[in-house]
Amino acid sequence: MINNLNILLPEIFLTLSIFSILMIGVFMKNSFNLIFNLTSLIILLTIAIILNGSNNVEKIFLESFTRDAFSNFFKILILISSLFVLNSSKNFILDNKLAKFEYPIIILLSILGMFFMVSSNDIILFYLGLELQSLSLYILASIDRDNLKSSESGIKYFVLSALSSGLLLYGCSLLYGFTGSTNFDLIANELGKENTGAVFAMVFILVGLAFKISAVPFHMWTPDVYEGAPTSITSYFAVVPKVAGLAVLIKFMLIPFSKILMEWQTIIIFISIASMILGAVAAIGQKNVKRLLAYSSIGHIGYALAGVATGVISGYESAIVYISIYVVMNIGAFSCLYLLKKDGEYKENISDLSGISKKHPMLAISFLVILFSLAGIPPLGGFFAKFYVFTSVVEQKMYALAIIGLLTTVISAFYYLKIIKTIYFDDSAISFDVTKNKFAQLSIFITCSILLTFFLYPSVLNNVVDTLFLN
Amino acid sequence: MDFPILSTLIFLPLVSSLFIFISRGQKNNTSAIYISLFSSLATFILSLFVWYSMDYTSANFQFLEEQSWINDFIKFKLGIDGISILFIVLTTLITPICIISCINSVKDRVKEFLIAILVLETFMIGVFCSLDLVVFYLFFEAGLIPMFLIIGVWGGPRRVYSAFKFFLFTLLGSVLMLVAIIAIYWITGTTDVTQIYEIKIPKEYQNLLWLAFFSSFAVKMPMWPVHTWLPDAHVEAPTAGSVILAAILLKMAGYGFLRFSLPMFPLASEFFTPLIFTLSIIAIIYTSLVALMQEDMKKLIAYSSVAHMGYVTLGIFTFTKQGIEGSIFQMISHGLISAALFLCVGVVYDRLHSRMISTYGGLVNYLPKYSFLFIVFALAGLGLPGTSGFLGEFLVLTGTFQKNYLVAMLATFGVVLGAAYMLWLTKRVIFGVTKNDQIKNLKDVNKSEIIMLGILALLVIFFGFYPVPLMETLNVSVDNLINNYETAVQTNGLN
Repeated sequence: MINNLNILLPEIFLTLSIFSILMIGVFMKNSFNLIFNLTSLIILLTIAIILNGSNNVEKIFLESFTRDAFSNFFKILILISSLFVLNSSKNFILDNKLAKFEYPIIILLSILGMFFMVSSNDIILFYLGLELQSLSLYILASIDRDNLKSSESGIKYFVLSALSSGLLLYGCSLLYGFTGSTNFDLIANELGKENTGAVFAMVFILVGLAFKISAVPFHMWTPDVYEGAPTSITSYFAVVPKVAGLAVLIKFMLIPFSKILMEWQTIIIFISIASMILGAVAAIGQKNVKRLLAYSSIGHIGYALAGVATGVISGYESAIVYISIYVVMNIGAFSCLYLLKKDGEYKENISDLSGISKKHPMLAISFLVILFSLAGIPPLGGFFAKFYVFTSVVEQKMYALAIIGLLTTVISAFYYLKIIKTIYFDDSAISFDVTKNKFAQLSIFITCSILLTFFLYPSVLNNVVDTLFLN
Repeated sequence: MDFPILSTLIFLPLVSSLFIFISRGQKNNTSAIYISLFSSLATFILSLFVWYSMDYTSANFQFLEEQSWINDFIKFKLGIDGISILFIVLTTLITPICIISCINSVKDRVKEFLIAILVLETFMIGVFCSLDLVVFYLFFEAGLIPMFLIIGVWGGPRRVYSAFKFFLFTLLGSVLMLVAIIAIYWITGTTDVTQIYEIKIPKEYQNLLWLAFFSSFAVKMPMWPVHTWLPDAHVEAPTAGSVILAAILLKMAGYGFLRFSLPMFPLASEFFTPLIFTLSIIAIIYTSLVALMQEDMKKLIAYSSVAHMGYVTLGIFTFTKQGIEGSIFQMISHGLISAALFLCVGVVYDRLHSRMISTYGGLVNYLPKYSFLFIVFALAGLGLPGTSGFLGEFLVLTGTFQKNYLVAMLATFGVVLGAAYMLWLTKRVIFGVTKNDQIKNLKDVNKSEIIMLGILALLVIFFGFYPVPLMETLNVSVDNLINNYETAVQTNGLN
């Protein structure tokens, strides 16, 4: 037993580090900078530990915890994206007086929750991980507690998310009732037989998960929370929990619900189409960049779900590739927002961007690359993400899903073009203090280079993702 | 294959645009103009070298390059034949002319403009070189980004509307083509064009796939009734943008029909011929009539482009040697003539900032050189014998007469209408009474304008009398295209 603990090494390390830096925070005054840097260090070390460990499939604690290539890939993706989100938003945090020492610690706690989510092989462990993550996110949403909007978004998120957690838990208990087990593998075996009750359980679980990844029709919280929460938190919301949520969704499809493919496929197709359409149409009228990105993220989740809806491994792979490129694009987009600082205040209306191409040509061209990539125009990375998803959708002969999906990309291109129009075609209004945020600039540079050069080696990501499903 | 000459051709403009991007710190734009001019001329010379060194007597694709690309199953495959080399040379010829024209007409953000033009050149050459459907789609769509910016940033007062219309129309048409490309991949197991030619797509899929490709090409061509983006885009775009749009971007669709629709879906092409004929005839007659009534010179030329593209689609879908050769010739000559006409409008627009026909009149008294060149291109535009415009239309009509008398007669009627609007335009702009006092103070064409327009005028007249170089290049490839088409139709007719 004790020999197997190295399987849990990343989680153990993360937990112990969280406790230690919490102590530092409690006993030292003005320790935000120290804790922030330690947090980055901890994230880097955790990445190192995971990369150093093996990718072989091993299950411990009565097979409730799995360590395999799949979970390791998602853990690394979560860590890297958190690292970028945190560091590029540091100036924003300091400028908006959010520099409380709890901030990075709570982020680490939510990462820990996600680790258990993606590694769980048991619905109880899964639920505990999910709740650890959600509780951290509630606090993060309202971290700017003197700000009315931030508090409101925290409460809103808490109430709705608690409801969805309740539904999810209800689904879990139904699943336990109908199959007599909480273990994913045993549930899968049990569902091989005729089992109508389990379909109800699956619907509830899907509702809970759809809420967490903000898929239509459970997306209502997204625009308000995105707008209300401080931008640094919004960027975290837009990237990291989505990755974990999609990982868990794929895992549910892959193991416990693999035998009731037909039933859940219909639901996912519906959710996917609804998300793509709403994400495209509702974003058109938005004036706030964060709100617009909220709707755009709903649309993107729709595309990723189109890959999941195929119900085959190649489809899941394409969804994972999609979410990875989505992460890159969103980190870039939010890093651009951190540069829009004017007299200590961060602008977040689309109209504030007008004509920045004249005063800040580099920022403008980065925005251009990221937005065209979000719209899925070749030769940028976003195109390949869509291409892979729709390749696997068409492979399953789901032509209607592919055509609706691609038509919504045309509609969504319209609002991305609207931002580009504001940046390039309109006359300039504001000049921002762009140069003062080095890490945000670095992350913009990295994301843009990835998106621009992706077409040279478009199968790099696929080759990695291919190895996740070997077992 | 030893030296990747096609990749060099494609990426040379892109690399030089990077140099301009780096050199952006400097105040004056001369270095940027020299870099871009030099690199585009180098590309032109390289493409001439490719043309010279290729083997016309073989119908196979030449200068093949293959590189594993997406997941080992989709290859980055390039190659050219007698048809594509002409479009490549046209592209590389028009680009330096555009760069010269922007010396006079673009005053604001010159470096960005040059970068956009060079990036666009890369994508355009890529379209004509690609032998893989995904690679083709990549270049075909990527061209939207620089063109959107060229119209939107440097365009006229309604540029935003036009840029959006251009982008969304084209994108809407193209996404259906993307679905079709993916579907072809799952039907045949490859997206390599040469392999698909041999595998032959089953009959039951052909019609739908053909329609999906058609939706993209029809918008890009543009065919009636989805042509409405073109006049807007032309009117608002800066001169160089209009030139590239008319001379090259429209030709991508005609090229697409020849390279993909015809050989990959021969049965569907046969099946949909009446549709194409109808739309082409409507385009020729209706848009010619619309062109007659335009008050804006650029709009008039834009509508005349739609009419000329009508001949192109007509010629392609006659499936006769004359028809197809004629439409390719028509595309090349329209590339030269419409480019020249837009440049002519640009010349007077730079001086008076008006495109309205009513502003001008009696230019011949004050700008004799300009008037001479304008008349040459207007006559070429209406298809006067002795200019390249005549040969294309003549061959297309010869081909059409072999297939359908009624269609051919209606199309011939369009030639008369074409003469009407072109001559009327010339009469109102070049001759007539001088209504505007400002015209008396106008300067005649300067050196750089004479160079641009003179080269085009020489080429238009040269190819009008001596089309052999073009026809010789085309000959075997077109023969091969028609043979493959006919065997496909015959063998499938038997089954």
